[in-house]
Amino acid sequence: MSNQEQNSPVLEIRSLSKKFVKPLDFAGKIAQKLGSNIREEVVHAVDGVSLHVNKGEVVSLVGESGCGKSTLGRMVAGIMPPTSGEILYKGQNIASLTGEDAREVALKVQMIFQDPFASLNPRLRVRDIIGEAPLVHKLTTAAEQDDYLDDVMLRCGLDPSYKRRYPHQFSGGQRQRLGIARALAVQPDFIVCDEAVAALDVSIQAQILNLFIKLREDLDLTYLFISHDLGVVEHISDRIVIMYLGRVVESAPTEELFAKPNHPYTQALLREIPRLDARHADFTPIEGEIPSPLDPPQGCHFHPRCPFATDRCRQEVPQLKSVAPGHMSACHLNEG
Amino acid sequence: MTQTVPTLQVENLQTQFFTKAGAVTAVNDVSFTVNRGEVLGLVGESGSGKSVTGFSILGLVDQPGRVTGGKILFKGEDLTQYTEKQYKQLRGSRISMVFQDPMMTLNPVLRIDTQMVEAIRAHENVSKAEALQRARDALGQVGIPSPEERLKSYPHQFSGGMRQRVAFAIALLNKPDLIIADEPTTALDVTIQAQILYETQKLCRETGTSLVWITHDLTVVAGLADTVCVMYAGKVVESGKVDDVLDNPKHPYTEGLIGSVPSRNKRGQPLTQIPGMTPSLFNLPKGCSFRERCQYASDACQQAPSISKCEDGRLVRCHRVEEALSHV
Repeated sequence: MSNQEQNSPVLEIRSLSKKFVKPLDFAGKIAQKLGSNIREEVVHAVDGVSLHVNKGEVVSLVGESGCGKSTLGRMVAGIMPPTSGEILYKGQNIASLTGEDAREVALKVQMIFQDPFASLNPRLRVRDIIGEAPLVHKLTTAAEQDDYLDDVMLRCGLDPSYKRRYPHQFSGGQRQRLGIARALAVQPDFIVCDEAVAALDVSIQAQILNLFIKLREDLDLTYLFISHDLGVVEHISDRIVIMYLGRVVESAPTEELFAKPNHPYTQALLREIPRLDARHADFTPIEGEIPSPLDPPQGCHFHPRCPFATDRCRQEVPQLKSVAPGHMSACHLNEG
Repeated sequence: MTQTVPTLQVENLQTQFFTKAGAVTAVNDVSFTVNRGEVLGLVGESGSGKSVTGFSILGLVDQPGRVTGGKILFKGEDLTQYTEKQYKQLRGSRISMVFQDPMMTLNPVLRIDTQMVEAIRAHENVSKAEALQRARDALGQVGIPSPEERLKSYPHQFSGGMRQRVAFAIALLNKPDLIIADEPTTALDVTIQAQILYETQKLCRETGTSLVWITHDLTVVAGLADTVCVMYAGKVVESGKVDDVLDNPKHPYTEGLIGSVPSRNKRGQPLTQIPGMTPSLFNLPKGCSFRERCQYASDACQQAPSISKCEDGRLVRCHRVEEALSHV
């Protein structure tokens, strides 16, 4: 892993933010002009997140619903423009690219979605769902399209004889394979998986996870794996990034994170994963729930639920700091 | 004094759906027992019949479905003989159910207090003020902060986890003997799931309410349940004490399910997977329905296996176990 190529990040994100603003309507604007303190509602879905993913690595983004992990994934995949900050793919800022170069990068970063029922066009045949993009982007020709398709489908564990079928003729697990085949058809290097196994049964989930592991080896893929399931994440990833309310609270290599979680939120999350070997467990939940992103708490976002919170946590936002090599955590407690 | 009568005893339950394409047996020869204060985990994948089993107990199976065989003994009374009127008195008071999606089960246009008071007054002749007091207590019991104000809210003003708590509070209102919970934490975050599990566990221990927890997640069952039933294609393939079943699974399907849980496996290594997928109930393989996915399948599996009882009291539906037992 020491050589230059391996260590250069495929993807780098620098203080990326995304705000969703609900603009004032006409009446609101007038009220504001007249001096009322009505404001636009702003949700800071992603708030100054920086991270990098090295070649061949699987990095997982973990967090509860509403923590901004999917928004981050969507920005990386180019589905949503960021409000501020930069996304660098192999050292190039995606936003500054135009024309041919932009298209090239867009193809190299693909996304697999959570819901295999909602993410496939029900009116298209499998042949078109998977085969349309490579044809448009001239990765194959109309004459060779059939062979190309067979190849992609086989790789994802789908029987090529099904290519004239519609999505509704497939089961959930097979549809997820279709979603994977569609992403792979344009020969990407980098794949964003947004809760790609969350909707599947356990035995099917195992099959899909195995497929991810195999594809990574066969095609030298890099993954950004977004999930809320720490069991899945522990199994598949090299590095884990924990998010809470739009900010990264901790990032570390998988083994280190599970062995020595630093942030109180991570510790609480790890305590709460139900495990097969924890029988008749006494559940000790974290108090409260994730606050509304419309009105996040001051200072450290986690302080209202944190058992160790001090006055400083209520006022000052903690910065991500290194607590061990490769292990970053954003908590005031680390400073004594 | 009635210690000997189990809260719920299901015997050879069969539920069929009579569709245009033919009769489908969604629940086939299912038996289990839940004692007072006990938690039973009913585990299975989509289409295994676990939810239909829950609906059958409450008489909620809709046309074209019908309970076609077996007995459901609730405190010794056979529910399959109940009329709709009797069922109405039973549901929500002595047996209640919590569903997977609380957004679908709470009425969006009524305030929480209206819905809760209605549930109490449907079964008991109490004053509105008293019903409100009980509703408030129930909300407090499931850990909802400031229940007084929350009673005045509409369902959309609650978050997902809070809504599920309200659903639990409504289920608890009339102090039922049995709660059937159908995947109640599947849609929730881990932290919220842990909170709900915590409250539920506390309740069962304190009030002696029995619980049937329907889920696909073995890890939740491991932490919560006393006994477990594993269902596959409408049949119970293995049932017994949680510790026995999870530590030493005897049915190949249970073994496969446990192997598929990611945290059990070594990181980065392929997971042990069950090949293929759940068969369609219209088109079940002859004999053992797990045969086509089973690594141990032999000629004997062409015949449907019967239930064998192991020495630890566990019930397994598999020829291998039957054979092993007959050699002892």
